[in-house]
Amino acid sequence: MRSVYECSIGDKVKVKKINAPTELKQRLLSFGVIKGATVEVLGQAPRKKTIEIKVSKMRIGIRSEEAQMIEVEDI
Amino acid sequence: MNPDIQDGKTCPITARHIKVALVGQPNVGKSMLINSVSNAHLHVGNFSGVTVDKTEVLFDYDDYHFTVVDLPGTYAFTDYTIEERVTHSYLCDEDYDIIINVVDSTNLEKNLQLTSELLTMNKKIVLALNMSDEAQKEGIEIDSKYMSELIGLPCVKVSAVTKEGVDELIKTVVSKYESTKNDVKLVFSEAVEEEIDKIVTFLQKHKYQAKNSYRNVAINLLKNNKSTYLKIHDNPIWTELQPIIVEAIKHIELHHDSDDIKEAFAEEFASFNRGILAEVVTQKNVVEEKTLTEKIDSILIHPLFGIPIFLFFMWSLFQLTFELGAIPMDYIDGFFGWFGDVVGSTITNDDVRSLVVDGIISGVGAVVLFVPNIIILFVGIALLESTGYMSRVAFLLDGFFHKFGLHGQSFIPLVTGFGCSIPAYMSARILKNDRDRLLTLFIISFMSCGARLPVYVLFAGAFFSPEMAGNILFAIYISGAMMGLIAAKVLKLTAFKGADEPFAMEMPKYRLPSVKLIWHTVLTKTLMYLKKAGTFIAGASMLIWFLSTYPKNLELEKEYTSKIEAVKSEAQKHSLENEWNEQQLEQSYLGSIGKLSEPLFTPLGFDWKMSVALQAGLAAKEVVVSTLGVLYAVGGDVDAKNDSLVNAISKNIPFASAVSFIVVIMIYLPCLAASIVFTREAGGIKYFFYLLLFTSITAYSMAFIAYRVALLF
Repeated sequence: MRSVYECSIGDKVKVKKINAPTELKQRLLSFGVIKGATVEVLGQAPRKKTIEIKVSKMRIGIRSEEAQMIEVEDI
Repeated sequence: MNPDIQDGKTCPITARHIKVALVGQPNVGKSMLINSVSNAHLHVGNFSGVTVDKTEVLFDYDDYHFTVVDLPGTYAFTDYTIEERVTHSYLCDEDYDIIINVVDSTNLEKNLQLTSELLTMNKKIVLALNMSDEAQKEGIEIDSKYMSELIGLPCVKVSAVTKEGVDELIKTVVSKYESTKNDVKLVFSEAVEEEIDKIVTFLQKHKYQAKNSYRNVAINLLKNNKSTYLKIHDNPIWTELQPIIVEAIKHIELHHDSDDIKEAFAEEFASFNRGILAEVVTQKNVVEEKTLTEKIDSILIHPLFGIPIFLFFMWSLFQLTFELGAIPMDYIDGFFGWFGDVVGSTITNDDVRSLVVDGIISGVGAVVLFVPNIIILFVGIALLESTGYMSRVAFLLDGFFHKFGLHGQSFIPLVTGFGCSIPAYMSARILKNDRDRLLTLFIISFMSCGARLPVYVLFAGAFFSPEMAGNILFAIYISGAMMGLIAAKVLKLTAFKGADEPFAMEMPKYRLPSVKLIWHTVLTKTLMYLKKAGTFIAGASMLIWFLSTYPKNLELEKEYTSKIEAVKSEAQKHSLENEWNEQQLEQSYLGSIGKLSEPLFTPLGFDWKMSVALQAGLAAKEVVVSTLGVLYAVGGDVDAKNDSLVNAISKNIPFASAVSFIVVIMIYLPCLAASIVFTREAGGIKYFFYLLLFTSITAYSMAFIAYRVALLF
């Protein structure tokens, strides 16, 4: 199982599953992080505490804990 | 009250009112779009019960009076932040005629997610394809006519920047308002359509009464929409309907290989939108190169340089706030001094003059004094926010602040707190989540504000050599901030216990700020400060003035007037006057309170004079030094560098008592004005009492420990 957290900067992957609690899942869904969507990893803050990803032209900042909840696979 | 609104109410009967709800995701240029309507009048207020700004825009077009309510941006109907809740409940429960849904043409796929949710509401909707100029530049062609046909609602290309299409948008709103046709086309996958049909047939069979169409009721039931549930729940058909819905949801979830119906619907909406976009959008030159925003981001959120760059910005902002702000402050101070003298000279009655000049004018002057600071700081914050940089700051700093249970964006209000707690409390609004915001509000007062500096300087000067005093000051500030962070952690583990708030935020495109919008935000905030805090502060300073002036002791007055007349030298006169002031204060109400509360403060090593100074400091920290000046009989006109006061303090106050006094000053309630702003921002008087309790208990216990430890030396 691979999550967004394990991806390196520049990787483009496909969302397979979101293993997040309801509230966060809602939030991610409303941002367009949906099963099948393409996610690109753009950057990270010091010590990988937060990660910047891009989903359908939108850039989103998430914590590393949350990045671990987004299961992805290669395109 | 805005006179134009009055006009609106007395308009000719033939004119029609159209009330528009303006909805869109954050960062789609909604506010800017509505600001670009010519001859529009803004009306700013709050949504009832919450500290969310409500902007209404009023304008006339042909024979129509428009009222546009600018609803806070929301990604979907998720009720995650206060803003989202406000928007959702407004759309569901309030009375309005039509929705303008503003979308960002450069990212339709994401924006249409909200549109699809709106489509299930059975309201008249006009879709404003904003930023069409930008889309064109990026090579995105949208066939808006075809799009209108496909979704079944009018789509208009507009640009808030060039004002293109704004007129057509209003025309379209009018014609949509007048038309009775409303057949939106929201199509789902076969599995979902099948289940919708089942429920619709059931509703038809039982002739269920609903405002919304049967199809929409069915969709909302499947989506687990609370209000639809509540409506149908008490209907006798519910017992029969419920198993059908449960079955349907199971079927849909199975179809989507998910255990969450909302996720299933998000996917349904997404594929519907993709279908539409495939038909109407053509993207030229699809060469994927890094966008400007990504290039800027690679510098501003660089793992190494990101934080230093940010710190530089903050440093500049604070330099500006307190250096530039100090210039008009002198003038304002001077003006109120002059104004007090002028007004004072026209009043013959001593008591009335003292009330007006020393009570009201100097109190209100103290409020107005902070206006330049507030304006500069808010221009800065508005700049940071409207350019899109603020979310980068949160991104960079979240790692550190999260350790203490705070949020990356807590940084801004906390640092502002070193300047003045009032703008700090106000800037906490940038935190979108209730719990994060409250927690931040509670620890802002740990960041020592500028007004406390004179007290620190005074005591550091009295007990330490000049070389050491600077280090002591630094230590005071740092330990205050440390205590704040620890307090945050403690509160997070106790009062604000609960699951961590997730951090998931959009990092919007970098944009050039709009002058009009910034001006508008800053003006609103400043006026709010002047109006709300001003009235309270005027009242409070009158109270403090009263408590320290009354009851008047006529015998004392007589005794000292004759004594002062008896001596010749100015110096002697001056010292007698000071002695008189001291005696007067001692027997005033404030003095009595100090004496009464002395036993309470004895464990901290305070005498009654220190207790009085502390309590006067509840009104404003600036008062602490001047009160000490009066109490130690060197006159009220002292500042922190006054040698006689420094001497008096080092002579009269033991070192351990001084340490515990400083600790209390560091922690206890900031000034009255700040407390009032805090109460408003936190959303209720009960939070003020929590803050009072929290800071008092912390201050008392920390001071007690500090006193005992200091006694050992």
